[in-house]
Amino acid sequence: MEKNVLEVDTPVLSTAASCDLNLDSFSTDLTKTKKLYLQTSPEFAMKRLLASGSGSIYQIAKSFRQSEQGRFHNPEFTLLEWYRLGFKLDDLIGEMIELLMLCFGQNLAFTTVTYQQIFLQLTGINPHQATLSELMNYAANRGNPEALGICGDNLANGLDYVFSQYVQPKLKKEVVYFVTNYPACMAMLAKLDDGEPVTAKRFEVYFNNVELANGYEELTDAVEQRQRFQHELTERSEAGLDEVPMDERLLAALSHGLPECSGVAMGLDRLLMLMTEAKSIDEVLIFPIDRA
Amino acid sequence: MATYSTSEFKGGLKIMLDDAPCSIMENEFVRPGKGPAFSRVKIRNLKTGRVIERTFKSGESVEAADVMETEMSYLYNDGDFWYFMDDETFEQVSGDATAVGDAAKWIKDQDKCTVTLWNGAPLLVTAPNFVELEVTDTDPGLKGDTSGGGGKPATLETGAVVRIPLFVQIGEVIKVDTRTGEYSARVKS
Repeated sequence: MEKNVLEVDTPVLSTAASCDLNLDSFSTDLTKTKKLYLQTSPEFAMKRLLASGSGSIYQIAKSFRQSEQGRFHNPEFTLLEWYRLGFKLDDLIGEMIELLMLCFGQNLAFTTVTYQQIFLQLTGINPHQATLSELMNYAANRGNPEALGICGDNLANGLDYVFSQYVQPKLKKEVVYFVTNYPACMAMLAKLDDGEPVTAKRFEVYFNNVELANGYEELTDAVEQRQRFQHELTERSEAGLDEVPMDERLLAALSHGLPECSGVAMGLDRLLMLMTEAKSIDEVLIFPIDRA
Repeated sequence: MATYSTSEFKGGLKIMLDDAPCSIMENEFVRPGKGPAFSRVKIRNLKTGRVIERTFKSGESVEAADVMETEMSYLYNDGDFWYFMDDETFEQVSGDATAVGDAAKWIKDQDKCTVTLWNGAPLLVTAPNFVELEVTDTDPGLKGDTSGGGGKPATLETGAVVRIPLFVQIGEVIKVDTRTGEYSARVKS
């Protein structure tokens, strides 16, 4: 209210699914011939609202991801997602810092590092030049020869694997990290910059070694978005995963015109975990999935 | 052949890894950024005792190890093998020095041990947490000192050597904590 950001409530069921190689949507049957998907995040619906002129919006949304269960995951979880019109990525990082200071107090240490800086510092590998085989050799030399089977023939997967195994656990627990300038192959729904090398205008927040939030300066180009979806669908079919329909309504909204904006999704359950020093997400859920 | 999927992984589960029976100590589900989901698993090789960390692709299946822990009575050793009996089925198994390991210096006949069986043969023998053993040799002097500080070495009936308080004498029975190898108390006879 104070910031003039409108709360919205979008449906969790959709005719389209996330095309992401590493996200599996739950599906259900509307009729015998028509399938619906539970959202993996409210991003697509919220962007349709933005394109129709909603102005800045936020939402606390139940989101669903198949098979994601563990100390930091529950297949049904809660995201706080918000979009700010006219914000650049740095503006959004600033707002995120404000929010985290509200939650954890003023004496919080923040640092912004590029993906390249932190990756290079903690592994000695330059993520923009690394090949998949270099990354897999690095993992094999550290007792994880099985990494290749997990990452498949996919450079972004290899980077994510090495980051989560050898970078994320070495971050200082007491510092909030904003990791920025992701390699272009990890752009997801973020805009690319015109740097050398080209990087994605995306940030991830890590605190206490936990991945807390993922933000983008949003891609507004419908043609490029369609290409990215198609590329993801090809990756899915090569990996033998279920075919899913891409969100044509989102693409139509982008063609109509998504205003320049930045948006971020934060895992609210994980935020609660960190605020209460819970060891497992189960401690902050009323009925975790095993008791649902 | 029984298998377990990564979603079934939890502490205590016994799996085969690199042809060796292993026990899962910890399993953490990881899904990095937007990357591939996997399980980060801490595993103890039950043969060597070594602990390693491995990752498994989510949904991957691994072979189950036919490993079970059972309470058995120690019978005797014939120089090469130690013999144990299941008190209910009277079935006997024998384990070599590798399997019995440190337990060998603590156990005497009739002691109830935890025997880990792999494909029916002892893989690991754990002595009871506390055993009562007679002191067969120790320095008899220094009788007046009852402070207990310092202590002296003593050989027990099984051959094990532990430090005991100065007031304990040959022929007395003491209680030893096998997990630390330390004297715990004197047993009044």
